Amino acid sequence: MKRAGFTTVWLPVALLLPQLMIIAIFFYWPAAWAVQSSFYLQDPFGFGSTFVGVENYTDLMTNIEYAKVARFTLIYTALVTFFSLALALLLAVKADAVIKGAKSYRTLLMWVYAIAPPVAGFLGLMFFDQRNGPLTEMFQFFGWDFRLGADYNSTATAMVIVAVWKQIPVNFIFFLSGLQSIPKSVREAALIDNRSASGRFWDVTFPLLAPTAFFLLIINITYALFDTFGIIDTLVRSEPGNNPVTLVYKVFVDGFRGNDLGGSSAQSVILMILVLALTVFQFRLIERRIHYT
Amino acid sequence: MADMTHTGALSPTAPRPRKPIKLRHIVDHAVLIAGALFMVFPVALVLMTTSFEDVDIVKNGLQVGLEGKMLENFEAAMFEASGFSKSITGTKMLINSLILGFGFAIGKIAISMMAAYAIVYFRLRFATFAFWIIFTTLLLPLEVRILPSYEAIQSLGLANTYTGLIVPLIASATGTFFFRQFFRSIPEELVEAARIDGAGPVKFFIDILVPLSKTMIAAIFIIMFVYGWNQYLWPTLITTDESMFTLVRGIKQIVQVLGQTGAMIPEYGKALALSLIAMIPPVAIVIFFQSWFVKGLTESDK
Repeated sequence: MKRAGFTTVWLPVALLLPQLMIIAIFFYWPAAWAVQSSFYLQDPFGFGSTFVGVENYTDLMTNIEYAKVARFTLIYTALVTFFSLALALLLAVKADAVIKGAKSYRTLLMWVYAIAPPVAGFLGLMFFDQRNGPLTEMFQFFGWDFRLGADYNSTATAMVIVAVWKQIPVNFIFFLSGLQSIPKSVREAALIDNRSASGRFWDVTFPLLAPTAFFLLIINITYALFDTFGIIDTLVRSEPGNNPVTLVYKVFVDGFRGNDLGGSSAQSVILMILVLALTVFQFRLIERRIHYT
Repeated sequence: MADMTHTGALSPTAPRPRKPIKLRHIVDHAVLIAGALFMVFPVALVLMTTSFEDVDIVKNGLQVGLEGKMLENFEAAMFEASGFSKSITGTKMLINSLILGFGFAIGKIAISMMAAYAIVYFRLRFATFAFWIIFTTLLLPLEVRILPSYEAIQSLGLANTYTGLIVPLIASATGTFFFRQFFRSIPEELVEAARIDGAGPVKFFIDILVPLSKTMIAAIFIIMFVYGWNQYLWPTLITTDESMFTLVRGIKQIVQVLGQTGAMIPEYGKALALSLIAMIPPVAIVIFFQSWFVKGLTESDK
């Protein structure tokens, strides 16, 4: 709050009201509802529900299917985060180094940001088509019997590739803006001290980029967990079957297809706790960043 | 200057090249061109394929080259009714997408600017409390509370309405947080001066704060428009009536229709054209307003 703030009372209340009402109806109520119904077992035909305590949670913990989905989510998130960060960093470093055509490269590398995940997934569907997808043919040329939608590992690979493709632009933009905020004097000093370019990168540039990288790490984990829903849904054609899916996708499938409200809500609550932990972690990092830079 | 050269990888044992700068430049450009191709080629290939006959696409998949069917396919995508009930055209979906994109961006900016103004510029006892109530919403994406949100919309009778489509998406604090940060960076003297000159809070907001925030509003508008346009899960749940479909929601329909094995030849050309139409507006905005977009992205997420 500004020290010299206005003292009117009714106006700020009126200004806050729309936002507070929307989040009360569409945020707090649903969130509370999810927590509550995670303790109930819903009748599949809609005839009431019974309180079952933490049974929905203990069921999940012993559920082999859920463990499998959780394991896949972990691997998927790690792969998507690693590859999209690594490729974007490489491209950002190069885009920062060149002078000729720098602007065109920047545009060409960032525009995919605007493509919706399911649209990216649809392109993936064409590229990994079982009969004549160019990437399917490439994998088959190398001796891998790639079958999207029929083979677990094939589908998982396609999901990772499409998700990485879609995420490179965001990471690229942040890395590039991080690189460009490194003062010229620092770069020149590094140039004198260290003749090897890769040495300069790992000793000087990379540590200076670390705050950006940590921040992006969280962004990418969140992306892989939540925002890739559209990619997964299109790649499995909304019929997961035996294909790999992520935790968020399972919340959706169990809640809307399986009508398992209690189980789905318990999964939601687990995800909420996960996001909460990630966010707390992120804030501590940001605090550190403000302190030391 | 900072550089992660891979010259070492190219000649692992050789000493540093005589003209390091030149070779390094070649490697830099080669990596960037490869990266640019990786990003552009998939979409370019889809665009080329829309110029082929459906029979060709069914038989050979995506193709390099240029045939004469492109205009026809785009026309069909825009004006020919599709879907299970044959009640929606690409044009109608485009309009719905625009309503969602603009409605979401404008609604979000208006609501969050008002809230941020109230939190930053008024001596309000519960300002901090209100801030935390709003701020907590940053923690939970819509995806994790999707089922109860859906129930809430259903019980309010807002399914298949633009209100039901747009308003729940606004229920997060990204915009409020962003404007709060920005308002706090505006010098304190400004509001003091305005008060001495006799400007009330409404006048100060409209005549001083909004004009000062113009660039910020533009930047955040681009991010929000793209975000709204690209929504998938929520529109999928909340719009069951085909005439309410957005282009991105329509992709699901396309995927399902193409997946069916029937006697008819699947309309691949039209489907691919429609997927391109779904990209064009947000992509165009991001490219044309690139500097605002980058500013909005890098500053809003901090």
